[in-house]
Amino acid sequence: IMASSYGAKEEDGHHPGSAGLGGAAIRTKKPDNTAFKQQRLPAWQPILTAGTVLPAFFIIGLIFIPIGIGLYVTSNNIKEFELDYTGTDMSSPCFNCSQSWNSTNTCKCELFFSLDQPFESNVFMYYGLSNFYQNHRRYVKSRDDSQLNGDERSLKEPSKECEPYRTNENKPIAPCGAIANSMFNDTLDLFYIDPNGKKRPISLTKKGIAWWTDKHVKFRNPGGSNSNLTTVFKDTAKPVNWHKPVYELDVDIENNGFINEDFIVWMRTAALPTFRKLYRIIQKNNDMTPTLPRGNYSLAVTYNYPVRSFEGRKRMILSTISWMGGKNPFLGIAYITVGSICFFLGVVLLFIHHKYGNRNNSSDIAS
Amino acid sequence: RWEDKTRIVHANILYDLTKGGDNPNRHYANNKIKTTKYTLLSFLPKNLFEQFHRFANVYFVFIALLNFVPVVNAFQPELALAPVVFILSVTAIKDLWEDYRRHRSDKEINHLDCLVYCRSEKRYVEKYWKEVRVGDFIRLRCNEILPADVLLLSSSDPDRLCHIETATLDGETNLKQRQVVRSFIDLVSFDPLKYNSVIECEKPNNDLNRFRGYIIHRSGKRDGLYKDNLLLRGCTIRNTEEAVGIIIYAGHETKAMLNNNGPRYKRSKLERQMNVDVFWCVIILLVMCLFSAIGHGLWMFQYGDKRPVFDVLSPEGTELSPVVSAIYLFLTMIIVLQVLIPISLFVSIEIVKICQVYFIHQDMELYDEETDSHLQCRALNITEDLGQMQYIFSDKTGTLTENKMVFRRCTVAGVEYSHDANARRLAMYQEMDSEEEECTSHGGTLPRRDSVTSHQSGKVVLRSQSTKSHRRTGSRAEAKRASILSKHTAFSSPMEKDITPDPQLMDKVNECSSQMEFMRFHSQSLNQIPPDLCDVFDFFIALTICNTVVVSSPNQPRQKVRRYELKSPVKTIEDFIKRFTPSRLTSGSNNSSSSSLATNRSSSHKVGCSMLSSPSAESTLTKLKEEKRPEHDLQHAFSPVPPNFDKTKALAQDECELRYEAESPDEAALVYAARAYKCALVGRLPDQVTVELPHLGKLSFELLHTLGFDSTRKRMSVVVKHPLTEQITVYTKGADSVIMDLIRPATDDCKGKRQRKILYKTQNYLNLYAADGLRTLCIAKKVLSKEEYASWLQLHLEAETAIQRREELLFESALRLETNLQLLGATGVEDRLQDGVPETIASLRKAGLQIWVLTGDKQETAINIAYACKLLDPEEEIITLNADSQEACAVLLKNSLQYIQKKFLCNPRPDPQATRDYAGIHFSSPMCSPASSGHSSPFLVHRLGLVIDGRTLAYALDKSLEDDFLAVARSCRSVLCCRSTPLQKSMVVKLVRNKLKVMTLAIGDGANDVSMIQVADVGVGISGQEGMQAVMASDFALPRFRYLQKLLLVHGHWCYSRLANMILYFFYKNAMFVALIFWYQFYCGFSGSSMVDQWYLIFFNLMFSAFPQLVTGTLDKDVSAETLQELPQLYMNGQNSEEYKPYMFWMNMIDAFYQSLICFFIPYFTYVDSDVDLFTWGTPITTLALFTILLHLGIETKTWTWMNWVSIGFSIALFFIVALCYNASCPACFSPSNPYWTMQRLLGEPIFYLLCVVTPIAALLPRYL
Repeated sequence: IMASSYGAKEEDGHHPGSAGLGGAAIRTKKPDNTAFKQQRLPAWQPILTAGTVLPAFFIIGLIFIPIGIGLYVTSNNIKEFELDYTGTDMSSPCFNCSQSWNSTNTCKCELFFSLDQPFESNVFMYYGLSNFYQNHRRYVKSRDDSQLNGDERSLKEPSKECEPYRTNENKPIAPCGAIANSMFNDTLDLFYIDPNGKKRPISLTKKGIAWWTDKHVKFRNPGGSNSNLTTVFKDTAKPVNWHKPVYELDVDIENNGFINEDFIVWMRTAALPTFRKLYRIIQKNNDMTPTLPRGNYSLAVTYNYPVRSFEGRKRMILSTISWMGGKNPFLGIAYITVGSICFFLGVVLLFIHHKYGNRNNSSDIAS
Repeated sequence: RWEDKTRIVHANILYDLTKGGDNPNRHYANNKIKTTKYTLLSFLPKNLFEQFHRFANVYFVFIALLNFVPVVNAFQPELALAPVVFILSVTAIKDLWEDYRRHRSDKEINHLDCLVYCRSEKRYVEKYWKEVRVGDFIRLRCNEILPADVLLLSSSDPDRLCHIETATLDGETNLKQRQVVRSFIDLVSFDPLKYNSVIECEKPNNDLNRFRGYIIHRSGKRDGLYKDNLLLRGCTIRNTEEAVGIIIYAGHETKAMLNNNGPRYKRSKLERQMNVDVFWCVIILLVMCLFSAIGHGLWMFQYGDKRPVFDVLSPEGTELSPVVSAIYLFLTMIIVLQVLIPISLFVSIEIVKICQVYFIHQDMELYDEETDSHLQCRALNITEDLGQMQYIFSDKTGTLTENKMVFRRCTVAGVEYSHDANARRLAMYQEMDSEEEECTSHGGTLPRRDSVTSHQSGKVVLRSQSTKSHRRTGSRAEAKRASILSKHTAFSSPMEKDITPDPQLMDKVNECSSQMEFMRFHSQSLNQIPPDLCDVFDFFIALTICNTVVVSSPNQPRQKVRRYELKSPVKTIEDFIKRFTPSRLTSGSNNSSSSSLATNRSSSHKVGCSMLSSPSAESTLTKLKEEKRPEHDLQHAFSPVPPNFDKTKALAQDECELRYEAESPDEAALVYAARAYKCALVGRLPDQVTVELPHLGKLSFELLHTLGFDSTRKRMSVVVKHPLTEQITVYTKGADSVIMDLIRPATDDCKGKRQRKILYKTQNYLNLYAADGLRTLCIAKKVLSKEEYASWLQLHLEAETAIQRREELLFESALRLETNLQLLGATGVEDRLQDGVPETIASLRKAGLQIWVLTGDKQETAINIAYACKLLDPEEEIITLNADSQEACAVLLKNSLQYIQKKFLCNPRPDPQATRDYAGIHFSSPMCSPASSGHSSPFLVHRLGLVIDGRTLAYALDKSLEDDFLAVARSCRSVLCCRSTPLQKSMVVKLVRNKLKVMTLAIGDGANDVSMIQVADVGVGISGQEGMQAVMASDFALPRFRYLQKLLLVHGHWCYSRLANMILYFFYKNAMFVALIFWYQFYCGFSGSSMVDQWYLIFFNLMFSAFPQLVTGTLDKDVSAETLQELPQLYMNGQNSEEYKPYMFWMNMIDAFYQSLICFFIPYFTYVDSDVDLFTWGTPITTLALFTILLHLGIETKTWTWMNWVSIGFSIALFFIVALCYNASCPACFSPSNPYWTMQRLLGEPIFYLLCVVTPIAALLPRYL
C-alpha cells in the first residue's frame, strides 16, 4: 500500500509512479509568464504634464461657458410670479383668516395682483410652503404605501409606521399616517380682472399634475373596479385633520379617493423645507392670446391650512417652464463659474509654463 | 509526583479479552484525528462567536440591532442587517469551506491502512488508522507513513535500525536513524505474544527532539528509552523492510499533531496606524451625531408648545421633550452615519492582501529554477510591512553565502598544504560557469528529460525522492546536472566533491598507510611510525569519522555491510568490562572490529556491488555514467589537472558512487576531502564506522560514543576504539577558539617542544585562513587509557540514563572528556558568497536600510566575508569591540561613543546648534541631548563599521550598557556581530526593535536563526541547505538572499503604497458620502432623515464603489519595477511612512468634506424651492457622489490597465442597472422611500445630466492644482 498522498506537498512533482512514459512534461512551480501574473499589463499612465492638463482646462472652459450661458438665458426667459398669502401682515387680506383659524368654519380671503408681462404657453400654478419640514424623518415614514396602492388588508389594518395616525375611534384611518393627515387643503382660485373691472375666472386644469406612474401604478383605490368609493371606504375613518373623507375629495371618479391628484402630489414629500407643489395647470388657449395676459388678477383663497405653529409661509406661484424645468439661474451660473475657473487656470498655467517651464524643463507643473 | 508526569503504556493484546474495560490504556487518546473546528450543529454559534472577536463586527451588529428599536430606527431593520449579514456570511462560508477541506483530509488520513497485531488471529491485520490505539503493536513496511508515535521494538534490519524521513515534520530530508529499544536488540524475531513489559514515559509533549522513559520488563529490569527509539507520526519509513513497534502516543497526542499550530497572526504597522484613524473616524462620527442631536434639540425647542404638523408624535401618541428626542436622535444618527466606519474596509484589505500575496508568489524573478522553488508568503497579512523596513538583521552562513562548503586548505602537524591545484580547479569552475551560462537555454532542458527516464527505470530506488536538491553552484547547467546525478544526497555538487589532493599530502598519506600496512603485516607496534605521519593518518581518520555523515548510494540507498555479529555501543559497565577484557582483545579473530576481518568485509562489499547489477539498476547506472562523461571531457579539455584526478574519479565510481548525507555542509566537505585522499568513509552504523584506506583496505572503528555538536561547546567528538592500536581514542573537531584552549599543555621534553611548535604554526595558519575568509576547524585527538575511560564512562552512563536533567549531565560529561587534547591539524573550508549578494547589500543600503550581520563565525572570517559582500568598505573605519568584562565593555563603549562624536559630529560642524541637532538624531543615550527629530533619518552617513564579538555582545546587551551600545551601533554604517549565539541574535533584534522603534527584518536559514526570525517584525527564511526550521518559523521564505532586493524594493514598496493609498481612499470615500447626509441634517431639522435611499446608502460601499478600489489596490503601480530597482532611494518613501502620514488622513477628510459640500450644494441650489421630492433629489446626489468618488480614484490611480477601465465601467453600470431594476420592481414596497420610477424619470431629464457633468469636475478641481 503506497500511502503517498500523505504529505504530498513535500514532494516536488516528479513522482516516480505518476510520471508517464516518454517523459511527460515536468511540473514545476515556475510561475506562468503572463502579463497579468507578472504585473506587466499594458497600462496607460496619465502623467499630468502641461501638454495634457492645459488643453483639458481650455476644453472644459470652452465647453462649460457656452452651456452655462445657454442655461442662464433659458432660465431668464422663464416667467415667474410669486404671491405670499400667509397673512402674517396686518395689511394682508388673509390676516384675519390666519389669526382666527379653527377647523370647523372656513375662512375666505382674496388677494389682488397684477402681471407686468404676459405669460405665454402653459402656466403652472403652484402652492409653496416654507419652513414646512416635509422631510422630517418620522414624517416621511408615516405612510402606508400598500394601503395607498389599494391593498384591502392594509386598508383594514394599516401599517405600524402610520402611528399615531393609524386608527381613530377603533376604525382604521384611510389614508393613514402623518403625511396624509397634514395634507394641504387651501383652495386657490384665480380670476382675471378685465380692464373694465369684471372678474373672469380662469380655468384651472387639475389633471396631469401628478406623475403618471403615481396616478396609474402607485396609487390605486381599493376595491378594484368597484366605483362606489363610499362603500369601499365604509369601515374607515377620515384623517383627523381632514374636513371630509377621502372618497369626497372630488366628484370625478377618476380623481377621487387615493387617486386624487392633489393628494398624490402632497404625498410626494418634498426634499427641502421650502418647497412648492404643483396645484393646477393653466392650459394655453388655442387662439393667439397669451395664457395669462398682462393685467390685474385676483386670487381667492379658501384659507384652511394653518402655518402659524411653525412660522410657515404660504405662497401661490405662477410659472412657465422650459425644457430644464422651472426658473433657476443657478445651474447656468455654476457652469459659467466652473468654466471660467478652468479657463482662467488654463491661462495662468500657460503663462507659468511659458515663463518657467522651459527653463527647468520640468513638465510636471500641475501635480 | 513522577507518576503524575508519566504515561504508562501496556500492550493492548493482554487486555483484548476483557472488552477493554480494564485496559489501562483506555484513557489515552485514540488515533482518530479531527482537525475540524466545527460540527454541523456547532458551526453557526461557534463561527459567529469567533467572528465577534473582531470588534468591528460587534459594532456593526450592534448598529443593525439598534435599527430594531422603533424610536431610533433609521432604516428598514431587515435591510440594515444586510451588510453585516453579508460580511459575516462571506467569512462564514470561507471558514466552512476550509473546515470542510480539513474534514476531507482528516477522513482520508483516518482511513489509511496499517497493520496491527490482532490477538485472536495471531497475526497482523489491516486496520484503519483511526482504529489504532495506544498499546497496539504495529508492523510497518518500507515507505509506509507512521500512523502514530511508535516505540521501535523490532526491525528487519540486521543492525536493528530503522531509517525514517522526517520531511513532513521538520522539512529535513536527510534520513534519520532510529534504533530498536535496547532490550529487544538481540531478538531475532519479535513476537508480540511474548511481550509483557510496561512502558513508562513522558506525558505527550510537542518537543520533537525529546523522548524519555523506561521500559520495565517482567524481570523488573529497567531500560531507558530515548528519542532514538521513537518513530514519529507522519514520518516515512525508508530503507527498512519491516519494523514492529508499540504505539505510545496516538492521534492528537502525537508529537506531530502537538506541533501543528495554526498560522501566525501579525499585525502590520500600517494596520496599527489605520486603527488609530478608525478610532478618529469614530470620534468624527460621534461629533457629527452629537452636533445633530443638539441641533435637533434646539430645533424642537424653537417650536415650544406649538407642535407643527410635521413633527410627528411618537407611536404611543405621546409628545417627546426636546431632550429625549435629541437622545433618540443621537442613536439614530449613529445608524444613519454608520457608513463612516467602513464596514467593508477590513474585508477589502484582506482581499487586497491575498491578491498581493498571489502576485508575489507569481513573480518570475523570485523563482529559483535550480531548486524549483519560489518565494512563499507564510504570513498573509504583513505584506505591506515589507515596504517599511528600516533594519535588516542577516545571518551570514547560508544567507549571504552559499553554505556550500568547499575544502580549500589544511594544515597537518604544523605543515601547510595549500592545495593549489584545488584552487585552480575552483577557478576553472567559475570560468566554466560563465561559458555555460550562455548555452543554458537549450542545454539545460536535455538532462532533465533524462532524469525522468532514469527515475522510471530505477524503480528499485527505495528512497526515490527528496525535496532537497542542489543549488548555489556557480552555474545553472551544472546545478541541474548535479541535482539529477545526486538527487538523493544533500551537499554534493561536483565542486564540493571533487577535491584535487595536494600532491605533497597525498604522498604522505600513501607513505603512512603503506607503512602501517607493513607494520600490521609484520605485527609491529604502530608507534614506530614517525609522529608526523601518524598525525597525518589520525587527521584523516578524524576527518572521516568525527561526524554524523550517513553513507548511501543512489541505487541501493544504504549500501550496508553485513555483519556476522551484532553488537551495540557500550552501554553498561558490565558490557564494557566484558568486551574489553584482555582475553577478548587477544582472541578476537572473529571480532568485527579486528583488522583481519576488514579484508573479508571488503570482499563482501564487492558481492554487494555485483548484486546490485540487476538489469534495471544497471541501466540507471549507465545513464548516470553517460551523463557524467561530457563533464569529464570538458574537464580534460580545460584543466591542467594532475593525472591522479581522474583516478580518484574512477575510484569513486567503482565504489558505486557512495553519497554522503550530512547535517551540515562542513562535515560533508571534510568527508569528501578525506575521500580525495583515498580515506573514504564507506559505512556508518550506530556503533561502527567503516573507513576504506589505501593499502590497508577497510578498517572498522568501533564507535563507542558520539558527543554531538552543540553551539555552546562548539565542537563534537567521537570516542572510538582504534582497530590498529586497539586504543580508545577520542577525535574532536571544533571551532579553533575552543579547541586551542583544550590542547594539552606542552611538556618540556622533545615531544612537548614539537607540540608547541605545531600549536604555534597551526595558530599562524589559522589566522591566515581566517584572513582569507575561510571557515576554520581544528582537529584534535586524545588517547584514553582504559582506566580513564572506565571512570569517565561510569559518569557518562549515569548521565545517559538520567531522566531529569539529562541534557545538562551529558553536556558536563562531554566537557569532562574533551580535555588535554592533542592537536592534529586544522582545515580551511570556503563558503562562497551567493550570487548577487554584494549588489543586493549595496542597493538595500542605498534604500536606507541598515544592515546588521549576526553570525556565529569567528571574527576574522566574518570580517572578511563582510568585506567580500561589500558590507564593510575598505575606506571605512572599523570600531572593533572586544572586551573581557562588563567594565571593560562599558569603557570601550564610552570611548567609542566619544570618539564618534568627536570625529564625526563636532569637527565637520562647528556650529553648536547643528551639532546638537545632529547628535539628537543619532543618539538616544543619556549623554546626548534629547532626540530632536526622532528617527527621521535612519540612514547614517558615517563611514564607520562596528565589529563586536559574542562575548562583548553579551556584556553590551546588559541593561546598563544597551543604550550605549545602541548609540554606538546606530552611528555606524554597518554592524557585524561575530560568534553570537542564537539567543544573542534574537536579543539584538529585540533591543533594536524595542528601543529604536524601527521596523526590523531578520533573515536567516538555519535553526540558529529561528529565534531571531520570530522576534523581528518580518522574519524571512532562506529555504537553504540547513533544513526547513527557519522557513517554518518565517513569514516569508526566499530561495536566495538576492531576491530580498526585489521583495523589499519592489513588492514591499508596491504593497505598502497600494495598501496605504487604498486605506486613505477608503476613509475619504466613506467620509465624503456620509458628509452628504450630514449636510442634509441642516435642512431636515436634524431629524436624522436621509435623502439617499437606504438601499443606495447601504450598498454604496458594498457594491457600487467596491470593485475599482480593489483593482487599484491590487494592481496600481506608482513607480515601475525597473525604476524601483534602479533607484533604491525610493524605498525610503515607505520607511518614513510617506504614503500614509497622520496628516494625510486629515487632508483626506478635509478633501472629503469639501467634495461633499460641492456634491450637496450644487444639487441643492439647482433644486431649491422647486417641486422636487425627497428621493428624486437624493438619487442625483448619490449618482454624483459615485461619479466623484470614481473620478477621484481615477486621479489617484497611477497606472491604468484594462482592469481599471472595466471595473469603473462595471461599477457605474451596476449602479444604474440596480437603480433601474430597483425603481421598477415594486410600486408599493421599500417604504419609506418608495422610489418607484424615480431613476427612469430622472434619466429623462436633461438637468440630471447637466448636474452629472458639472459637479464632479467642480468637486475635483482642487485635485488638479
